Amino acid sequence: MNGHLLMNGPTRILYCNCTYAQVVPKEVKEAVLKKLCASEVAFEAVADLCEMSARQDPALKRLADGGAIKVAACYPRAVKWLFAAAKAPLPQDGTEVLNMRVHNADEVAAALFSPELKPNLPVGKTAASHAQMSALT
Amino acid sequence: MSLKDQTTLRIVLYEGEGAQPLPAEERFATITALLEKGYAITRAGAKGNPAPDDRSSLFVLGRFKEGQPPQGENGDVRIRFQDITGLVPDRLTEMVEATRLETSAARHGEWKPWFPVIDYDRCTNCMQCLSFCLFGVYGVDEQQHIQVQNNENCKTNCPACSRVCPEAAIMFPKYKAGPINGDVVSDADLQREKMKIDISALLGGDIYTMLRERSEKAKSRFSKERDANKALTERQKCLIKLAQAGDIPPEVLMSLPSPEEIARRAEEAKAKAQSALEAANKD
Repeated sequence: MNGHLLMNGPTRILYCNCTYAQVVPKEVKEAVLKKLCASEVAFEAVADLCEMSARQDPALKRLADGGAIKVAACYPRAVKWLFAAAKAPLPQDGTEVLNMRVHNADEVAAALFSPELKPNLPVGKTAASHAQMSALT
Repeated sequence: MSLKDQTTLRIVLYEGEGAQPLPAEERFATITALLEKGYAITRAGAKGNPAPDDRSSLFVLGRFKEGQPPQGENGDVRIRFQDITGLVPDRLTEMVEATRLETSAARHGEWKPWFPVIDYDRCTNCMQCLSFCLFGVYGVDEQQHIQVQNNENCKTNCPACSRVCPEAAIMFPKYKAGPINGDVVSDADLQREKMKIDISALLGGDIYTMLRERSEKAKSRFSKERDANKALTERQKCLIKLAQAGDIPPEVLMSLPSPEEIARRAEEAKAKAQSALEAANKD
């Protein structure tokens, strides 16, 4: 499914603080977190998805397996393959990534709190084992 | 112990039944303090759908009624509770750190998570990255598919392998610019000359040739000028130029092993890639 998807149950929210780099503007990530904290919604906040991916942290599997999810982090392509690298592929039709590197806090927060989920992971394979090895064929 | 073998401590900020919710500002300060220390936090008990348990140790923080947190276990997972009424964020993080030590959970922040992430939608398994990397970051899985195996061996801030990938399939999410940072890959990116780096230049030959030539020139001048500081300046200039051309941090170039060792590692990596390709072709 490539179009918009309206979820019946509450969509989970994951916020990445990108703690170990300065590539996400500080004012954006702070403002997004403030809005989450001021809301009444449950959410997951992680220090750094890259670090969790490198650890193959089982928490990523838990986050990926729990159904529809909105992720406030960076580029959807990076987020998709960070999870895949940890053997925790995100659901293709159930994941919306909000990019705090390019969008402002209001845009990100509006999308996080919207009841509508707009899946936007790059369409394609979900893991290395699904890759077409064109170099070999 | 490698990163993958370490366990982590999961923090739950509980604000549901039996606990008082925190004021928004305090909630923000608490979560921020914990994130800065590298922890993952679940805000639970509010509206919505938190993620379920995993096998991490759980440390549940809350303003429990009458200051009495419950005790509990969930299968193999030990759950610790802590009443945080009146605790300032600094004191709270100290307490969490103490619990982390007690549970032998990983300490965060000792390594900057800088490593390649492969976009398998683009990767053609050509093994260029495997034969290029001198630090053993890449390997192959049982099906002979390229994979990142030793993240910790990667040289911080060096995106060189992404520049030798003919398909722009290698990302460094913490890199400053696209498409290496994960931004969409355009046709222009693939055409751009700067995406392609002559592997041999980074395998040592050209670097050392350049340095040697510079050094020779510098020596002849030094013999006249007798200024040893200029040698260092020349070398630095040369390295800076190389670093700028390929975006390779000077400290990475400076830490390269001897030319002989580079040649040996390059041969080893090349043989590994060749063998992986041959094995994949047989399957």
